[in-house]
Amino acid sequence: MKICITSEGTTLDSNIDPRFGRCRYFMIVDTDTMEFQAIDNASMQASGGAGIQSGQLMASKKVRAVLTGNVGPNAFQTLQAGGIEIFTGVSGTVREAIEKYKEGAFKKTQGPTVSAKKGMS
Amino acid sequence: MIISIASGKGGTGKTTIAVNLALSLENVQFLDCDVEEPNAHLFLKPVISERMSAYIPIPEVAEETCDCCGRCQEVCAFNSIAVLPGEIREHGSVLIFSHLCHGCGACSLLCPLDAIREVNKEIGIVEKGFSNGIQFVHGKLNIGEAMSPPLIRQVKKHVDPTKTVIIDAPPGTTCPVIESVKGSDYCILVTEPTPFGLNDLVLAVEMLKTIGVPFGIILNRYDIGDDCVDVYARENRIPVLMKIPFDREIASLYSKGLPIIGYKSEYDSEFKKLLIKLNLNP
Ligand code: SF4
Ligand code: SF4
Repeated sequence: MKICITSEGTTLDSNIDPRFGRCRYFMIVDTDTMEFQAIDNASMQASGGAGIQSGQLMASKKVRAVLTGNVGPNAFQTLQAGGIEIFTGVSGTVREAIEKYKEGAFKKTQGPTVSAKKGMS
Repeated sequence: MIISIASGKGGTGKTTIAVNLALSLENVQFLDCDVEEPNAHLFLKPVISERMSAYIPIPEVAEETCDCCGRCQEVCAFNSIAVLPGEIREHGSVLIFSHLCHGCGACSLLCPLDAIREVNKEIGIVEKGFSNGIQFVHGKLNIGEAMSPPLIRQVKKHVDPTKTVIIDAPPGTTCPVIESVKGSDYCILVTEPTPFGLNDLVLAVEMLKTIGVPFGIILNRYDIGDDCVDVYARENRIPVLMKIPFDREIASLYSKGLPIIGYKSEYDSEFKKLLIKLNLNP
């Protein structure tokens, strides 16, 4: 199954980027094979709607779950409409997050955890 | 003649200048385009006689017609549509983020299946009235609404070319300011003589040069800072139209919602001089 972890770098040992819409990289990982692809987040520069574009990208990559620090309302709505599960408050490295996810250590997020535009800085 | 009053940042006394300039003129119209925080009415106290809702057209998708082709999402320059194809869920969906939508109409025009129709969404109201012979118009953006440029356009539709028009623009140098100021014959930039004031003034000057509106500066509270703005104005040959000192009485009038004109007679002549510099007849 494919999941996505927002990351500051392009390896499994990179740190999690706590922002969803404006993260540096999306790490799309196959949890069965641990094969991964790092996607440079082009929306990082978008002036508005970064969460929507990122959510859209997740849907087009057929990701089933997103592991990140926070999601805003636009991203939350887009991911939900795409039937993608959201896990927030995730930290550490990408690899650690995947392990914990496989153990079922995270709880699904029920709503946005930050307001829109929070990731602007 | 249309004169707009702008300022690179808030709190410089922009509205005070706009209001008192209007009070110094005959046959004048006042447009408060600071639709996010209109406050000129607190000083002019107009009697409102007309109240109109302002709308933008936003898309609505007929799910049964739409095949989730994604065209609308591609053409939307404001990222306000997300098309989620139905691979994970059996039925795909189109999400409209109406608070980001500018009502440009591109999506409905370009939908190959004609699945999008436009519905009106109220973004605020426009109010029109009179105050001591001044024709007054302002817009009030609904709480939580982010799209001020369309509302500013609707306020500006009421411009009466037979009058001298004073436009109170929002603070800053972003889209709403450009929308308010463009089309003006002249723009007055109100600033304070501090490094922060200068920094925002420079940005405002760049903006006005880009849109081609001639401008001058009014220095407010000129005695509380340094000469940085004076030096800048001299070097760039920008006229300094008026200098107002820090004055406890002006601050106190402001806090009571009172203008300077009519309450501090020594300023009558100061504003008359300003009118002459602007080639306006009192
Ligand atoms: S362009 Fe029309 S058919 Fe295509 S996804 Fe948008 S609404 Fe649906
Ligand atoms: S009307 Fe324009 S801004 Fe609004 S959703 Fe359609 S394309 Fe985007």
